[in-house]
This record gives sequence, C-alpha cells and structure tokens, in this order.
Amino acid sequence: MFGWEFPPHISGGLGVACYDLTKSLSELDVDITFVLPTLKAAPDPKLHLKLVSSSDIKLNRRDINFTFEDFLAGINVIKIDSPIRPYITDEGYLKFLEEYNTKINASTTEESYNLHFSGDYGPNLIAEVFRYSYIAGIISQKTPHDIIHAHDWMTALAGIEARKYSGKPFIYHVHALETDRSGINVNKEIYDLEKFALESADRIIAVSHFTKNNIIQFYGIDPNKISVVHNAVSRTKVSKQADLIRKKPDEKIVLFLGRVTFQKGPDYFLEAAAKVLKKNKKVRFVIAGYGDMVNKLVERAAELRIGRNVHFTGFLKREEVEQVFSASDVYVMSSVSEPFGISCLEAVLFDVPVIISKQSGVAEVLSHSLKVDFWDTNELANMIYALLKYPALEKELLTQASEELKHIQWINSAQRVKEIYDDLSLIKL
Amino acid sequence: MPSICFYFQVHQPKRLRKYTIFDINRIHLYEADDANGQIFHKVANKCYLPTNQLMLDLIKRFNGEFKISYSISGTAIEQMKRFNPEVLDSFKRLVDTGCVELISETYYHSLSFLHSTNEFERQIQKHKELIQKEFGYTSQTFRNTELIYSNSVAATADRLGYKAILAEGTEKILGWRNANFVYQPVNCSNIKVLLRNYQLSDDIAFRFSNRGWAEHPLTADKFSTWVHGFDGNAETINLFMDYETFGEHQWSETGIFDFMWALPEYLLSHTGFKFNTPSQVVDMYPVRDKLDVHNYVSWADTERDLSAWKGNNLQDDALESVFKLEEKVYRTRDEGLIETWQALLTSDHFYYMCTKWFSDGDVHKYFNPYQSPYEAYINYQNVLTDFEAVVNARTAQLQEIK
Repeated sequence: MFGWEFPPHISGGLGVACYDLTKSLSELDVDITFVLPTLKAAPDPKLHLKLVSSSDIKLNRRDINFTFEDFLAGINVIKIDSPIRPYITDEGYLKFLEEYNTKINASTTEESYNLHFSGDYGPNLIAEVFRYSYIAGIISQKTPHDIIHAHDWMTALAGIEARKYSGKPFIYHVHALETDRSGINVNKEIYDLEKFALESADRIIAVSHFTKNNIIQFYGIDPNKISVVHNAVSRTKVSKQADLIRKKPDEKIVLFLGRVTFQKGPDYFLEAAAKVLKKNKKVRFVIAGYGDMVNKLVERAAELRIGRNVHFTGFLKREEVEQVFSASDVYVMSSVSEPFGISCLEAVLFDVPVIISKQSGVAEVLSHSLKVDFWDTNELANMIYALLKYPALEKELLTQASEELKHIQWINSAQRVKEIYDDLSLIKL
Repeated sequence: MPSICFYFQVHQPKRLRKYTIFDINRIHLYEADDANGQIFHKVANKCYLPTNQLMLDLIKRFNGEFKISYSISGTAIEQMKRFNPEVLDSFKRLVDTGCVELISETYYHSLSFLHSTNEFERQIQKHKELIQKEFGYTSQTFRNTELIYSNSVAATADRLGYKAILAEGTEKILGWRNANFVYQPVNCSNIKVLLRNYQLSDDIAFRFSNRGWAEHPLTADKFSTWVHGFDGNAETINLFMDYETFGEHQWSETGIFDFMWALPEYLLSHTGFKFNTPSQVVDMYPVRDKLDVHNYVSWADTERDLSAWKGNNLQDDALESVFKLEEKVYRTRDEGLIETWQALLTSDHFYYMCTKWFSDGDVHKYFNPYQSPYEAYINYQNVLTDFEAVVNARTAQLQEIK
C-alpha cells in the first residue's frame, strides 16, 4: 500500500483514513506493507509501532535514505526520506518546510537538493512524486504482494510503477481530486497526472458517490471500474477533553475546522457568522486551521466588524482538535467540494451537531445532520441560529446521529475493500 | 348479509412557506400559497376530479346500490374554495345523490385531542358548521385525525352525540377477534366502533402497484374473491383509505381507476354482499363485543401508534411550544390569530418532523416538502417564534386599551 501520510505524520484526513482503514483490514487478515515517503521522527510508541531497520534494499544514499519499519498489527511501514507533503497550501506543510529549512541551513548541504522554496512548491512536489514512484518500483520487486493499493495522486504513479514489475492489480483510492482542491484554477500538471493514473488503474475506489461522479464528470473515467467505499470512524463514543477555550455559561461556540483554503469554504462560514451575529451576539465563531486565506479572512472579519467574535487559532495539534471539539456547540463544514469529510463524524463523536455542505461525501452517510448548499449563507445562518435557539434540535440530531454512527464504522468499509481485493485477485491481468 | 363499507379520507394541509430567522419580526404570513396552490391543482387533476366523476358514475350505474363515505378536512375544503371550486362542486354533487355519508373530524386535521380537549371540541364544532354550510349535511359518524383512537377518544365522541367512530383494526386492540364486526367502546352505551380491515384496505392503498408483491397485478375479480372469502365470518368489511390513493399514490397508469370501476360489480356478484356507510352499518348489526383500548392506536406506519407525529425531541418540543400559546391566543379574541394558531396544529407539520426511518428513505419522505425532519422543525419553530411575538404585541395592545 502506498500512502503519503500515516499518523503521526499527517496534515489532514488522509493519514487518519489510511491508519484506520489499514487497522481494520489487518483485523480481516490482510497483510499490509505500507510505503510512506518520509518519517519525520520515530513513530509515537503509543501507536505500538515496532521499528525494524532494514538494509536489504541497496540504493544510492544520495537518492534515498531508506529504512524498513516493522508493523503495527500486520502493517509494515516503509520510510523514504523526503520533505514533501501532499497539499501545497497545507498548514502542516508550511510549518514543516519552515522547520526543515532551519534544519537544512544548520546542517550539511548534502540534503539541500530537495529544497528550492522560491515561493513555488509545485515543481518540487511533483519531482518528489516521481522520485517516490521510482523507489516504489524497487520496493515492488523486493516485497511479495497480491494487490497494489495507492492513496491519492501523490502515490498513484508509484502504484503504476509497482505494477510494472509485479504485474499485480493496481487500485487507485481517491480521497481527493485536484478539481476539489482548486475549483476552476486546477494545476494542469496534477490534473494530468491524476487523469493518467485514473485511466491506468485496474480499479478505482472513491470515498463517496460525490467523488465518483466527479471522477466521471471531470476525468471522463468509465463508471464501471469505480467502486464507492465511504470513509468511517473507528470509535462510537469518546470522552470530552478539557476545554481549550474558556467560555461563559451563556456563550456558544460555532466551529470551523480544516485548512483555511478555497476548497473548505471558510469565507462562507464567515459571512454566515456575520448574519448570525446580527441576531445573536452571544456566539463566538472559531476558525481552526491554517491556510492561504487566513489573512484575507481576518481582514474581512474586521470589515464586517465582527472581529471580536471571530477567533483564528492557526494549526491545531491532534489533542487540541479534540479539545476544541469538546468546547463547541455547532460544527460547520462549509466546503465548496469535499470528497468525504471525516471531521463531521468526529464532531458527532464529541456530541457536537453538524451542519454539512451538500457538496460533500459525508452528506451521503450522515443523514441525521443539517445540510446546506455551501453558497447559501442565509440558510447556513438560519441553521446555526436554530441550533443555538432550539435545544430540541440538537438533542434529536445527536440522538439519531450517534445511533447512525454505530453503522459508519471502518470495519464495514474495510470489509468492502477486502471484497474488492478478492474480486481483483481472481482477475488475470 | 355482510356490508362493504368504504371510507375515504380527503385532506390537504396548509403547508408553511420557507421561513428563516431573517423573516422573524418582519413577515407575519406563514402559508406557502404558491406551493399549496400548485399541489392542490396537481392532486385535483390527478385524483379529486377524475375519482369524483368515477364515483358519481358508479352511483348512477348501480342505482343507489353503491355507497361510500368521506371525511373531508376543513383545510382541504378551504383550499378547494380558494384554488379550485370545481372540486368542491363535484363533492356536492356526490353528496346530493344520497349515497354518500360525510364523516365528522377536526377542522384542522389536528392532534388537538392529545393536548387540549377544549381545542379538540372547538375544532369538531367548526368542522361541523362548515359541513352544514357547504353541504347542508349533519354527520353522525366521527373519525379522529389519522384514526387516532383510545377509550377516551371514543368517550368524547360519544358525549358529543356521534353514533359511530372509526378506528384501525390492529391486532393490538383486537387480540383474537377480527375487524369485521361492530364493536362498542367500553364504558359507552351509544357509540359503536368500526374497525379498518387493514389487509384488504392496504391491498388497494399500498400494494396495488407493487410489482414485487406476489398478488400483482390486483384485479377486481381477485380482490372480490378475497372479500367474499370472509362470508360467514364477517358482518362488515371496512375498507378505509386515503382518497389520494386514486390517481395520486397509485397513478392512473397503474390501472387503479379501471380497478375501482370494475370492483362494485364483482363485489355485488356474491349473494348477500351490499354496500353500506358507517352510520348504516352500526344500525344494521348487533354489537359483538366491547373494545377496551387504553393506549392510542392509529393507522400510521407499521407501529400503528403515535410515533409518526409525536415522541421524538423535535415533535414533542414543537407540540408543547404551540399548545403553550393556546390560552394567550384565545385571550386576544382575534379571529385571525386564532385561525393562524389552529392551522399550526395540523398533524402534517409534526409528521414532517418524524426522524423514525428517515435514513432509510420511505413514505414519510414522499409526502414531505422538507429535505429533512430537522429543516421541518427549524421552519416551524421560526414561524412559531414570530407568531408568539405577534400574539404578545396584540396582548400588550389590548391591555393598553383597557
């Protein structure tokens, strides 16, 4: 399995999804070798990752710094040193680059070939993707396997490269598309790469029907080779964390959580916030996350004269995310285009009712939620206001959604994936 | 000599317009005039007009042998007058034949019995006056909204002088008995209860066009054989259903009209079977047993209880909120405000808030103008927030005058 993120090396939902999916697959007796581009630090011991050093792949040390990491519950994690992260505008990436730059400046020049951050990360990322694919070919020859499963475009080429050597079926698991991330301003290079990989794949797994339709509509792919396997959660209940945010008893908190980028629609959240605040002043709106739209939104909040009620937290660590969920009264996912949106399921785990953009995959599985077109800020404001004003609404939403969540579990999704594996294993390529 | 007793429910709610926080304290009109008009025209053309014509033709064809009964809600009659008076005229022509019984109900097709006996009786009285005015007819049979029934509903109807009341023939209240006899509610000495034969009724109302059903396609011949099969173990076969079954729930293309046209002839072909209406049936047959019903039953869903309208947080909160205003509203003595409030009691508003089976997508969705029960609730509560403010303003005004 090829993936760009794996906890704790994550910046978005992808790593969490990979972790939970592989964990459930291993419970179904699937042995997984998980190839990561990089491991920034030794895995958290709490993750029970057993590390095994490996030197059986001989490569030029200048190209890669290669070690095998042993597995958690049947998963082998293979590390390839690389500075790259999947989403160009991602807050984690920016933060990481900053750290990496500092480190590089203070150390040898040997690694500096990786980094040319003249404000344009695109070309470097794609270069890394090609390098990763090259290594994937080598790993494929040395690691016995029946199925090649790659997550998102960053590792899709690696999947194709691996298939070249082993001849095993290649599954391209689509968690997000360039058309989600960038709207009409798509990066042509990434789009072409995705299209090539989608066309080459023996089977495509889409995280939602929403994404499946986008693959058909924007990439012209044959619907017959696309299966939908929804994302899920692996818990049914969590304990609330101490509040990150201190709030007055009569004060309510409405949360936006995610990258502050075009795709996530934080601007619509802000406009709706202004509308709610006209009717109800005792609400605070929290925008948790980092991205290229932060400055613009801070300015807009000031212009709307709601700065005192809108809080920008910047990037939050995992435990901080849980704290902020615990403190929130409403969770809003206002995405312009959201392939899935696991955070909505997590919000329910923390007893936070959710308002979901209709342009999302999670809307297909979480029927007990409020749903709104992302551009309809009047309706979004109406829903936020109603949730804060009519307690019965929250009560019923949570009662029903918690029940529904018991069926949106990773083990069910893993079962679907395994069926696809079994199905593909029968096909002679 | 068994009877076949048809009762059709005719109802259209006054649906609410989309009403957001931005409308509160600004717009005090709550009805979705356009949508209600469009839906009414659609149902009138697909169901009411063609089915009324069919029933009228059947009555003429069988020379008074074919008899049916209707309960028509006050909100449905209001919409007939407002959007399509021809529908009301065609019902009047049916009543004029003398082969049609009109049944009494709450004017607003409301759940008022569950919360306020005063309001329940006011709405029955209001409906009674409407039926007298439009049809010159006084009903002797009562049916509560969605056949919601219990000992106390029966006792109230008894006290109001009705001689028959309708209920669901569910095993929950029948036990080992069957629905095809006349029963009497416990503690009542006048009123009698007629029970819906839900198997036969639903064969027409729900299963008629279901291709997955082993008996599909249902013919008048086949259906009559089933009815006749009860001979010797039945005194009345009560076929109760929504009138919209004809042409709306079961589209014309399914052959439902042809089925209904052919049905009376087949049903009458077996010696002894006759059509009668509820008030005739209770006079014709003796009471076979007492019926003791403590918990409410209805004709809805598989549960046959109140859970379609009451029981989840949204529904209970909305019901409590609206009934809390009763006294305040009546104290204003403002006819307009009282009517607005009464229209908010219509059962459909609460049916739209049902979260039961919502994720499965079922019959509740089909009749629901909202995307979700949550949106139905938000809209309703927004309307109620504004309405309460209007009532409060009027109350303050009246106190000033004093």
